Order: sequence, then C-alpha cells, then structure tokens
Amino acid sequence: MSLKRPGRHPEGGGPADQPAGIDIVGLTKRYLTPKGEAFTAIKDVTLKVEAGQFCSIVGPTGCGKSTTLAQVSGLEKPSAGTVKVGGRLVDGITSGVSYMFQADALFPWKSVLQNVIMGPILVGTPKREAAELALEWIRRVGLTGFEDRYPHQLSGGMRKRVAMAAALINNPRILLMDEPFGALDAQTKVIMQNELLKLWEELRPSVLFITHDLDEAVALSDRVAIMTSSPGAVKEVFDIDLPRPRGNVQEIRHEQRFLELQGRIWESLKDEVTRAYARSTGAAA
Amino acid sequence: MTAVIGGPGAAAAVQPSDLQVAGKRRNRRRVTGVWLGRIAVAVIVIGGWQWFTDAGWVDKFFFGQPSAVWDSLVKLFTKGTAFGSIWENLWVTVREAFGGFLLGTLAGVVIGILLGSNRYLSAVTGPYIRIVNSIPRIILGSIFIVAFGLGMFPKILLAAVLVFFIVFFNAFQGVREVDQNLIANVRVLGASPLQVARHVTIPSAMSWIIASLHTAFGFAIVGALVAEVLGAQRGIGLIISQAQGTFDPDTVFACMVIIAVVTLGAEFLISLLEHSLLKWRPPSRSEAPAI
Repeated sequence: MSLKRPGRHPEGGGPADQPAGIDIVGLTKRYLTPKGEAFTAIKDVTLKVEAGQFCSIVGPTGCGKSTTLAQVSGLEKPSAGTVKVGGRLVDGITSGVSYMFQADALFPWKSVLQNVIMGPILVGTPKREAAELALEWIRRVGLTGFEDRYPHQLSGGMRKRVAMAAALINNPRILLMDEPFGALDAQTKVIMQNELLKLWEELRPSVLFITHDLDEAVALSDRVAIMTSSPGAVKEVFDIDLPRPRGNVQEIRHEQRFLELQGRIWESLKDEVTRAYARSTGAAA
Repeated sequence: MTAVIGGPGAAAAVQPSDLQVAGKRRNRRRVTGVWLGRIAVAVIVIGGWQWFTDAGWVDKFFFGQPSAVWDSLVKLFTKGTAFGSIWENLWVTVREAFGGFLLGTLAGVVIGILLGSNRYLSAVTGPYIRIVNSIPRIILGSIFIVAFGLGMFPKILLAAVLVFFIVFFNAFQGVREVDQNLIANVRVLGASPLQVARHVTIPSAMSWIIASLHTAFGFAIVGALVAEVLGAQRGIGLIISQAQGTFDPDTVFACMVIIAVVTLGAEFLISLLEHSLLKWRPPSRSEAPAI
C-alpha cells in the first residue's frame, strides 16, 4: 500500500521523511523548584537510537524519563548537553515528531475524524486531502464507522487507537511514547502493543518508548535502556536480538531467549527500583 | 442495561419489559411528586402573602398584595405608563441589557483569554484587576449618567462593566485549566501560537465561559435597571423609580415579574447555545437519574 506523505514545514529542513536517528550526548536538565532551588532531573544522559530503531527506556518512577523525551521533542531546552535528531541539533520544536501520552491527549470537543485530521491540517495539507488521509488512518486502526463519535463515547482502547492514528498520520520520523499503554487493562494492552508493532513495522519511525513494564519493553524493542533514579542517568543499555517481525507479543513472552533477556535486564533494574522505593518511603536502604 | 439487575441467572428469568414498565411507573410517580411539591410551595408563599395582607397582619401599603400586583400588571399592559406603552419601555431595557451583555461578554472573553495565556501580562495586571473587582462597580452608573446623559449608552456601559468581570474571570480560569499534554501535542505537530489558541485554548475555555453566561445575563439586567433608576427617560427602571416615588409597591412587584420572565427567556436561549456548543460533553449524571 502506498502512503501519501504530507508536506512538512519548509524550515524543517533535512530529509524529513527518512527515519532519523536520535543522538543524545551528556544531556542534563535542571529545573528551578518554586522555592528557587535547582533540581537536577537528569544528569549526563547519553543514548543513541539508530534510525528506524525501537528503543525503550525503563526506570523507576521519577527518574526523568519524561524529561528526556521533552528535550528530544524540543519542547524544553536542555541545561547542558546536546540532542541531535537526524544529525541536526535540536533547537526549538523538532520537525517530524509525534507524541503519545499515557493520558490520551485527544481533543474532547472534536470527533474522531476531527481529532485524526489535526496532524495534516497543522502542517498545511489541503482539507480534502487531509480528510482522505484521516479516513484511511481511521480504517487502519479499525475504527471505521466511529468517525463522528466524541472521545467520551469511546472505550479506553478505542481512544488509544485514535491517539495512535493521530500520532502516526503525519508519518513522523520520530515517535515519542510516554507510557502510552500504562492506563489500559491487561488484555487491551496486549492488543494495542500488537497493533503498534504492526503499524511501526510498516512505517519504521525511530521510537523512544517509556514504560514501567519490562515485559512490554523487551517484547517491543530493539534496544532497552535502564535509567537510574534521581538524578536520572542511563545505567545500562541492552540490545534485544529477538527476530523481527515479532508477531504476537503475548506468545513471545514464553520464548527462551525472551526470558533470558528479561532476566538479565531485571537484574540491572531491580537495584534501581529498590533504591528508589527505599528513598521514596524514607526507609534506610 | 436492565439485565444487570439481579444475578446472571436471574437476568434471563425477569422479563425486561416488566422491568421497564415498573421503572416507567416509578419515574412518573417521582415526577408527579416533584410537581405537587412545587405547586404547594407557590400556593403557600403567594397564598400566605395574600392572606397576611388581607388579614392586616402585614401592611399592604408597604408590601403590596398578590391580587393588587396582578391588577397593576394588567393595568401596565392595557393602559400603559406615563412614559408610553409597557412594550416600548420593556424594549428599551431589553436592548440595553442585551447590548451590555454582548459588549461585556466580548471584552471579558478576549481579555480573559489574552491574560490567561500570557503569564507576564497577567502578573502585571493581576493586582489592578483585583482592586477594580473589589470596588462597588454599580456606583459607576452615576458617573456614566453624568458623563453620557440620560440615553441608552450609559446603561449599556454599566451592564457591560458588571458582565465583564464575571466572564473575564471564567475565561481566565478556563485558559489556565487547559490540558498541558494537549498543548504539547499540537506544538510538536507544528502548530503556531495562533493555531494553539484556536484549536486548544479557546475551545477548552469555552465550557467555563458558557457556564458564566447564565450569571452574567442576570447582572446585565441588574446593570440596565439600576442605571435607569439613577436617571432615564424610558425603561422599566424608570417605571420602578416612578412607582417608588408614588408609594406603589404593587407596580414595583409587577415590573419584577416582567423582568423575571425576560431573564428566564434569555436563560433558555443561553441553555440552547450551551447545548449546541458543548454537545461533545458527556451527559451529566443528573440528567439520567437512577431508576
């Protein structure tokens, strides 16, 4: 199937439609607390995501995973260090990026069609062309017939599908996912993971995927980065050599190689989680 | 939905139609009960008023009497007033109130959204807005009448000032409550600040703004009436102040009834607007009471 590639901003530059690698070097972000003290969210994060690669970041709560994504998207400016996307230094909003959040960031006052169509409209695609593209994407995520529904009329899984279509419709170079399936029930989650893998294999954007769920990270990714807790830094990076296409994520969980990798990564993650938990509860570690 | 009642086994045994009939009957009984209560309240209040003034426990010279209020209502509509027919005067007041309502709403929405989305501007103007909000603005009516005369303009202005602050604070708050994820999302997709305002900020603030319009219209009427009482050549407020001068509480009450009808009508129109603009919202629970 041929996909229409909507135009991008002229100032975006670069081969926008090619998947772009992400190169994070020595990234540090400090915030000012309301009291005026500096709080270091992430410190010296270095991480490389090859073009078209699916990379997960796993780490304890509050270790600055979301902060890292915000720097990559260009929504925030790093305090030190650099982020390069496709070889270009991120300065201002990175072009060709899509976001997916845990809370589905849909417009509650727009119908499914109006939600999905926003991406192409914002980059200046003509209405009629944008509508065709949106209908095509609604079909691809299996929501044909629901175009006129409002988000509150849909189930959690259906809302995720809309969010997915809205995130992918512009054929992004980079997909930033911040615990996108965190709030779903276990069955819906598996369905959405399969769906995501299927769409990702067709489009192959580079993905940075934040999750707490180690199984999810291993099943979906080419590369899993473990982050330490505050200030966040990359502790270890694992390459996942499970063959692609992965097929059903539910079944891959029982494979020998999966269990091996999962066990090794958990060893590394375990200490961090225990340490973060001890700190948050105030108990002696 | 009805099948949920009882266990999974019981659901099959119970005829849904029986449940529906029983539910409908109970609903009807509830509605009848509510209406009986409402009528009882009206009878007690109005009947009590009539009885107390008839019996002389309350002086009808000062407090009027329902039957006399009705008489003066009839008189207002059949014989008119000293300042032309009641319709003429009502039309003036309604135009003033609507004009003030529109002007105040427009200014409130624009300035509210502007200050809500600009932290620097809101930090600078914040204290002044609070000061202006705390002064009794109704007194401005005197100044407006001195400055702009007895025509309709000062009335529109006073109504607009009262409306402005209500709408402004709601628009401001509405902008502040916008989901930051949504904004991040469209910004990443390449939206300009104008597009962010058009697609996210304004629609999101809309439910706050519309909620304020109900109260705001009441204040528009108050503004127009008070300004008319302070000095006018036409209008319901003038009839009221004239009636006050001639010790005629019944006509004052009659004017209150007329204004109440106008306000209820406007309220109805605002509700229609609310339904059409906010049709994306999930129905609130109160509209679907449990059987």
